[in-house]
Amino acid sequence: MATTDGFVGTMRKVTAHLTQNEGLSFEKSSPGKKGYRLAPLDVPEVDAAALLGGAVRDDVGALPELSEIEIIRHFTRLSTWNYAIDLGMYPLGSCTMKYNPRVNELVSRLEGIAEAHPYQPESLSQGALEIVKLLQDCLIEITGMDAITLQPAAGAHGEFTGILLARAYHQSKGNARKTVIIPDSAHGTNPATAASCGYQVINLKSNAQGGVDVAALAQIVNEDTAAMMLTNPSTIGVFENEIHKIADVLHDKGALLYMDGANMNALVGKTRPGDFGVDVMHLNLHKTFSTPHGGGGPGSGPVACKKILEPFLPSPVVAQGEDGLLHWNYDRPKSVGRVRMLYGNFGMFVRALAYTLANGPDGLRQTTEDAVLNANYIRKKLEDVYELPYTTPSMHEVVFSDKRQVKNGVKTGDIAKRLIDYGFHPYTTSFPLIVPGALMIEPTESESREELDLFVDAMRQIAREVEENPQVVITAPHATRISRLDETGAARKPVLRWKGPPEDAVEVDTPAKEW
Amino acid sequence: MRYLPKSDAERAAMLREIGASSIDDLFTAIPEEYRLTRDLKVPRQMGESEIIDYFKAAAAKNANGYTSFLGAGMYRHYRPVVIDSLVQRGEFLTSYTPYQAEITQGTLQAIFEFQTMICELTGMDIANASMYDGSTGAAEAVMMAVRITGRDGVLVARTMHPEYREVMHTYAQHQGHDAREVGYGQDGRIDLAALEKAVTDEIACVLVQSPNFFGVIEDIPEIAEIAHKKGALLIVSVAEAVSLGIVQPPVEADIVSMEAQSFGVALSYGGPYCGVLAAKEKYLRQMPGRLVGETKDTEGRRGFVLTLSTREQHIRREKATSNICTNQALVALMTTIFLTVYGKQGMRDLAVQNLAKAKYAADTLGAQGKLLFAGTPRFHEFVLQTDEDPEQLSARLLESKIIGGLALRKWYPELGNATLWCATELTTRKQIDAAASVLADAPVAAEAR
Amino acid sequence: MAYPEKYKYTREHEWIEVAGSVGTVGITDYAQNSLGDIVFVDAPKVGTKVEKGSAFGSVESVKAVSDLYSPVTGTVTGVNEELATSPEKINTDAHSSWIIKVELSDPSELDALLSAEEYEKFTAEETGK
Repeated sequence: MATTDGFVGTMRKVTAHLTQNEGLSFEKSSPGKKGYRLAPLDVPEVDAAALLGGAVRDDVGALPELSEIEIIRHFTRLSTWNYAIDLGMYPLGSCTMKYNPRVNELVSRLEGIAEAHPYQPESLSQGALEIVKLLQDCLIEITGMDAITLQPAAGAHGEFTGILLARAYHQSKGNARKTVIIPDSAHGTNPATAASCGYQVINLKSNAQGGVDVAALAQIVNEDTAAMMLTNPSTIGVFENEIHKIADVLHDKGALLYMDGANMNALVGKTRPGDFGVDVMHLNLHKTFSTPHGGGGPGSGPVACKKILEPFLPSPVVAQGEDGLLHWNYDRPKSVGRVRMLYGNFGMFVRALAYTLANGPDGLRQTTEDAVLNANYIRKKLEDVYELPYTTPSMHEVVFSDKRQVKNGVKTGDIAKRLIDYGFHPYTTSFPLIVPGALMIEPTESESREELDLFVDAMRQIAREVEENPQVVITAPHATRISRLDETGAARKPVLRWKGPPEDAVEVDTPAKEW
Repeated sequence: MRYLPKSDAERAAMLREIGASSIDDLFTAIPEEYRLTRDLKVPRQMGESEIIDYFKAAAAKNANGYTSFLGAGMYRHYRPVVIDSLVQRGEFLTSYTPYQAEITQGTLQAIFEFQTMICELTGMDIANASMYDGSTGAAEAVMMAVRITGRDGVLVARTMHPEYREVMHTYAQHQGHDAREVGYGQDGRIDLAALEKAVTDEIACVLVQSPNFFGVIEDIPEIAEIAHKKGALLIVSVAEAVSLGIVQPPVEADIVSMEAQSFGVALSYGGPYCGVLAAKEKYLRQMPGRLVGETKDTEGRRGFVLTLSTREQHIRREKATSNICTNQALVALMTTIFLTVYGKQGMRDLAVQNLAKAKYAADTLGAQGKLLFAGTPRFHEFVLQTDEDPEQLSARLLESKIIGGLALRKWYPELGNATLWCATELTTRKQIDAAASVLADAPVAAEAR
Repeated sequence: MAYPEKYKYTREHEWIEVAGSVGTVGITDYAQNSLGDIVFVDAPKVGTKVEKGSAFGSVESVKAVSDLYSPVTGTVTGVNEELATSPEKINTDAHSSWIIKVELSDPSELDALLSAEEYEKFTAEETGK
């Protein structure tokens, strides 16, 4: 690190160590190397050109040619450049980066589960259908809703499905309505979803506590309102304590309450959306139910709803037949249709169910309590050094702002980058939009007190650096393989694929040349 | 609870420091009447061994030890062992979307390699970091074409996977798109004459799948010409990605939407799979989903970042190209490792083996019935018409522990007793012969006529 | 940077220079400065009708998108192609990096726009907030 005068914090969680360099697989390739061997062909050979005629392909393109050991090293080296939950706290607010249990991975790979073809006969899929049914029953009980579909592939896809249900419901009453109300604190997927379902978005300004202004809401809800999309707890981690009034205001005008379940991990076992007036909601199995984030997916976004919306659920739904077996029922005349082929991300259902079984009712409740405890602990330990824009009680996450640090020219994004040097993944920066310079911190239940204390220590030391030595924060990170990247250059002249070695490439010195 | 790293004493100490007298103090924002005061009615907490036992019992109720000739968009290929051992590394498995480039270069570089490989395979200029799956990817491609052309007519081949078409219709109906289907001819391909008639100045795109749902390879250059003549875009959906090892890529297309499940991803009763969108460079700004780009750090070292994110929902909100947020990163990584294992030569060898197995299967099983669309080039699937009702046939095959071809009547009643069969490199000659001998034993099919 | 006296300005931070019946439109230095490094300009095609006060395109930085509002009603007669490959020109000199040229259908619309002095005062108030 460039030494500068002034305070530089002590990194207690990490020690720098070497990581391996590794080029692109294409750059390491050489013709003739192989990482595969096929079984010998037990049927007559064919002449591809004769069979395919003009459709035959001569050249597969520049795929790499490498041996197995090189492939293992290639991807293992890449992996060591990533931060992960398995390495430590990952307080990315609203993403719920909790522990991903390993038994989930094991059971999802059992042969009868991993090798099950979605079109194999239902009589030979009873195990898979039982898993779907049991997970559905658990999620219905947890949310307090009446019916569910597991088909949506991710949270945003669940939102899309949920708003389609609302639309179909209104349509069945003769008028699909025109607008969807969304608070300004909402995640960007909400307005994008409403728009993709053909609705006009009406923005609702949050009140001074960062919550829904019920009086303002009452003024804008009318017969054109199809639904309101509400995240509860909100994106600032606050429970909408007037949630029942919100529901009443909407229902009075025949509108529906959609709950974005991104923050359901603050509620499981403590309260149920179905009980407080929610008509339709999605869940993120990769958040609340511990399925791995995998570097950005796969997710899974089940949608639960009240009875009035059940007829519109995507086709097919699981049903028990007269033969005592479970079946897929495709006879759904009012269904919104399919939102995805097949039945959804089944592999994620297996993991979410394994998580639910590992917890039971007591474990699920304790998990929620610990998540809320951890967030409040961080809040208590940092509120004297970071600005708390909303002092309403926090649930599973706490949102600070960089207001005090900006005076020294340091923004939330800089503090985030400096946190990397201290051995943590940054919190979510600059979201929600209603908090300028937000630091959105979600510890989850998976952090021990020791880890939380290390995080608090890092955040406090950074706050001191901002006061006494802001430059060290502004130029962070210092300990990573690479420093800050030129994002502007990346966007102005996008290079989105490897195109071969540059023509003017000069051969670099290799160790072999030295002797 | 074994996942929770706290003792009760620690919890109590933390509560004291917060200034709360009990954990319920932290939940007072929830109105009292909505607080849950009972246990959730879910199964009791289980030990790890019990969880494994539960899923083993469930797995045992699914097909085990059966020979399968099912394909129809989801394919059983060999999955090299290194894939699973690499994707189970916690640094890949338990990381998230690479917003912080400095500590997610592993995921970012892998996605960059993925984007490159997809471009090489499909013949397109650009590819995104993946979509949910092939069906939603095709629907997103249609919306993209509508945005590009400013037209709202959509033509879809009936030879496209029926469930893909259903998804496309769900998406289209709320966008005000006019989506219509184009039938197929005697050769099992889209009816070119009907297509030519249907493509007008109002049509945004023509959507076809190749190899199509019947396993038949569509005449992409011809379809492209018909579409382009009227200024419509051509979207080609590839449901069997392995075909690209030996089948000419759809370079004439404007957008390619692909399901990459075949590249080392388990069937897993329908997901998670891996959708891919690739396109001509000029359509970059209309591409939904995440994109990774190459750039340099302050010291001039190469690095990778998420880029062009202004297209996305978190910035553009209701004006975004799509509401898509997550991709299928881990599954995309699996496919990247698969393609690295097979490489340039292996992809060809693998595809040719599939071709050979399917040829043998089509010849052998075809002798016991009527092979439809027999003269048209196909990859590794074929449609067999039998005298016997598909359900009876299926029941007889199951007695020999064989899952036969998929009955097509539900989607294509006009094809009668037709079943769709698939053979891959994992299908053995012995299995094909065994299925053929069951077919040969068909009872006199008087009642089926 | 000084705001050219011969331009007229909008409260959405566009400038327009009129010669005869054709207006040349760009964004102000204040706008480029608050957006940061501009990476992309989404401009309409020649022949597009634009309406006073309505969005005709957008400019993007790495993490933000800002709509472009037309100061006048008319038809687009020219687009600055240079910006397609070099959007950074707006950052280096916003007041000479025009985005579109518009054939005015109602020159009287210009009367409602701000003068350089008025605009400068307006931005000072915005910053003061």
